[in-house]
Amino acid sequence: MYQFGTHVAVDSVNLAIARGEMFGLLGPNGAGKTTTIRMLTTLIKPAAGSVSVFGINVTARPMLVRRLIGYVPQALSADANLTGVENVELFARLFDVPRKSRKQRVDEALEAMGLTDAAARLAGTYSGGMIRRLELAQALINAPRLLVLDEPTVGLDPIARGVVWEYIARLREAHGMTVLMTTHYMDEADANCDRISLMHRGRIRATGSPADLKGTLGEGATLDDVFRHYTGDTLDKAPEEGGIRDVRRARRTARRLG
Amino acid sequence: MTYAAPGAPPGDLASTASGEPFSADSLSGGPATELARLASRVVTLCWVELRKIRHDRTELYTRAIQPALWLLIYGEVFTRVHAIPTPKGIPYLAYLAPGILAQSALFIAIFYGIQIIWERDAGVLTKLMVTPTPRSALITGKAFASGVRSLIQGIVIVIIAALLGVSLTANPLKLIGAALVLVLGSAFFACLSMTIAGLALARDRLMGIGQAITMPLFFSSSALYPAKIMPGWLQAISKVNPLSYEVEALRGLLIGTSTTLWLDTVVLVGATLAGITAASLLLPRLASR
Repeated sequence: MYQFGTHVAVDSVNLAIARGEMFGLLGPNGAGKTTTIRMLTTLIKPAAGSVSVFGINVTARPMLVRRLIGYVPQALSADANLTGVENVELFARLFDVPRKSRKQRVDEALEAMGLTDAAARLAGTYSGGMIRRLELAQALINAPRLLVLDEPTVGLDPIARGVVWEYIARLREAHGMTVLMTTHYMDEADANCDRISLMHRGRIRATGSPADLKGTLGEGATLDDVFRHYTGDTLDKAPEEGGIRDVRRARRTARRLG
Repeated sequence: MTYAAPGAPPGDLASTASGEPFSADSLSGGPATELARLASRVVTLCWVELRKIRHDRTELYTRAIQPALWLLIYGEVFTRVHAIPTPKGIPYLAYLAPGILAQSALFIAIFYGIQIIWERDAGVLTKLMVTPTPRSALITGKAFASGVRSLIQGIVIVIIAALLGVSLTANPLKLIGAALVLVLGSAFFACLSMTIAGLALARDRLMGIGQAITMPLFFSSSALYPAKIMPGWLQAISKVNPLSYEVEALRGLLIGTSTTLWLDTVVLVGATLAGITAASLLLPRLASR
């Protein structure tokens, strides 16, 4: 449970994510997705209940949990005043990658994200899709066991979105890491997630594989239909009633992206 | 592509990879480990600052204009009128130079609170906070990064002062001492700024507060004139203003005025530690907005 003043952002979330799966947290802005992720990534402490990552309590041992997580926040957040290499090297240093193997690992991470040619350029000159891939390289440098992606494709054009998903799929294939992502794009969740949870007004309304969830509504149903069925709401309508903070964040991102 | 061996302490990821539970102390480490991590994070954030200065030196030049004007116009005029009594008849321009050095570091440091709010808005701060970096190490790193920038800016100002005929010490130990004092002073004011950032939470608000406090800090210190010519109430403020101690230490080291160097150092170190503590405690509040 988490509360901002009198606004309960996350009320009841009971989730267990299996090792190696790609799990999607779906819901409109203000549903409580980002707050859930912030609790999981040690950024805020739950007011009630507990969160564990690979069996480790997040509140009790945050430093340990942080070593297991690779995190890509919603905002495009690479440092525009550093080059691609420097952006990744910064995280290599912050995760205590030994000096001897640092350069090699930085180069590998950049190569894995298809950024070798742009590595020496300032990140300020990158396109949105390139920055997202640079952030993935930053998150990968620690060889995380859990990759947390908060709205990984928000603000990207359709082609860049496709490329980012392609890279995420390749990573999973190569490392078998667990991925937790949030999105409000139903089609992306449908295409990429093993299982999803529908979140609405701080609560989980339904959990299951996209196929199973659609199956409950019968032939031809979409995830949009599923969402409407469980919440009595539509994604288009819901943001108006969402939490202010999430929405504010989304607007900031939109502004930054022009 | 392989990410076989993670960098961090051996064993911790290996143990989870095999599904074993973590041993209770696999990463807690002793005070020595904590200190090593703190040092490593400070070095890292100073490295980032140096890289940024290397990529874009514009700020280095534009920020040299104001101190140059203080020395060139204000300094030259007040040297001529002999209005301000200086110890041992030191030329006023020489007396002023360490004050302007400290002022320049103050103006640079005050920017760091605005920078950390910008990083919060851009998502950079949350990303840093999800790395195994204690809050206090993040703040200390940023504080010393401001010290690094102030030091490089300081070298520019020392060169300008030397060109204007100010004779500064050539003793390398004293120069190193002055560099350390400048870094400490800048670190403290960066912490002050980040503490206010943790209270004000919004960039626009902080810009106003920053404007409102820098000049009073400057004028209530001994940067421009000795404390003894101030009215009593201002002397009292000057006594609790860390900038005064920074200026006195710089003056003692660079132009040889008499000062209680150990007291200056104790005040600056104490103020910096207090600043790091306050800013670290407020960091989660800043990040969660």
